[in-house]
Amino acid sequence: METLERIIAEHPFFAGLESYYVGLLVGCAANVRFEAGSYICKEGQEADKFFLIRAGKVAVEILAPPRKRIIVSTLEEGSILGWSWLLPPYEWRFHARAVENTRAFALDGKCLRTKCEQNHDLGYELLKRFAQVIEKQLVAAHYQLIDLCAAEP
Amino acid sequence: MTATALSDPMVPQVHLVQSVTRETPDTFTLTLRPDDGAAPSHFSPGQFSMLWVFGVGELPISISGDSSTEGRLEYTVRSVGPATHALVKRQVGDAIGVRGPLGVGWPLSAARGHDVLLVAGGIGLAPLRPVVYEVLRNRDQYGRLVLLYGARSPRDLLYRKELAAWARQRDTQILVTVDYGGMNWRGHVGVVTTLFRYARLQPNRSVAMVCGPEVMMRFVTRELEHQGLAQAAIHLSMERNMKCAVGLCGHCQYGSYFVCKDGPVFPYERIRSSLEKHEL
Repeated sequence: METLERIIAEHPFFAGLESYYVGLLVGCAANVRFEAGSYICKEGQEADKFFLIRAGKVAVEILAPPRKRIIVSTLEEGSILGWSWLLPPYEWRFHARAVENTRAFALDGKCLRTKCEQNHDLGYELLKRFAQVIEKQLVAAHYQLIDLCAAEP
Repeated sequence: MTATALSDPMVPQVHLVQSVTRETPDTFTLTLRPDDGAAPSHFSPGQFSMLWVFGVGELPISISGDSSTEGRLEYTVRSVGPATHALVKRQVGDAIGVRGPLGVGWPLSAARGHDVLLVAGGIGLAPLRPVVYEVLRNRDQYGRLVLLYGARSPRDLLYRKELAAWARQRDTQILVTVDYGGMNWRGHVGVVTTLFRYARLQPNRSVAMVCGPEVMMRFVTRELEHQGLAQAAIHLSMERNMKCAVGLCGHCQYGSYFVCKDGPVFPYERIRSSLEKHEL
């Protein structure tokens, strides 16, 4: 568990987080592995976790009938997968598939929400960090949209 | 060719097409050599030439080859309109008028002793390719070489074999992404700024050179500043319609500068305010 605590503390997403809070997070964390080709989550399923990717590659896909699935981004070591656990209705908004064998820490969303309700300082720290992830993804999505629109005459 | 013609930047020198290489479905690299057998003028990475397709028109095209290669010049051209279409349809042995090399290139002297970060979007890799050659040829004079390259799709990626070869060089990191990969693409998907997360950078000892669509450069410069690079360490290659290409006609005016004469490569701090202005 000590190793898990150290690894979580050293992850860029949690940089600067007080060790007391890291200790709280560790109680909600588990080591997970995904075989290449397997799905980590699917759109519409309950979003009860988020993931700190430690190694491998994950494709984030959206359903776009009739083309079925489109990869909108890929995530690699050091990235965060998922924020749907934060807000109702706690449902995944996309599919995520391991493109390569992938190792990650899964953090239990229900466990974290309970701890955040009990300790608002922890909740604020997590929200600040997730807000940055969401902002970066939103800017990237705008840029990607401009790029693709520019391809049209 | 007279001495007057050679020294007059308004007079094109006739070159012959030595080879045409298809890079992507709409992008080709033309290799040219002077028709009189003389060595082409030396160029600095980042400079461009005006290529004249006789009877069609004249275009500013960045030089995309190795500045140490003697006897020929390379240009990578994307066919997007009548003039570029005519250019990429030239056959081996056809004549093309060349004015140049022209303009201000990348700050390679200032980059010596530093890590070199190249950020390219689409055809923007072409003017940065000579920098890669320069750094790899003089490996001990530079720190790490990091190339972040984004294209619309895998089939739009330029120089794919070279990208793979560069990635095998020491102290070199090549990261490639596409906007849309399809389900069989095994590489990265996302805009070029998403690659910064995986780049091994030392912002305080890096010089950044950026070339691509203007909107891409706006996003990239913001990210570079966010990463901690000083504005003075960021350089951009700008593109504008050109006519005379020697700072006389004003076609390529950009704020108080002419892209042809004062650029195409500019220090970011010099043009930062202009980048944020609409319709400039």
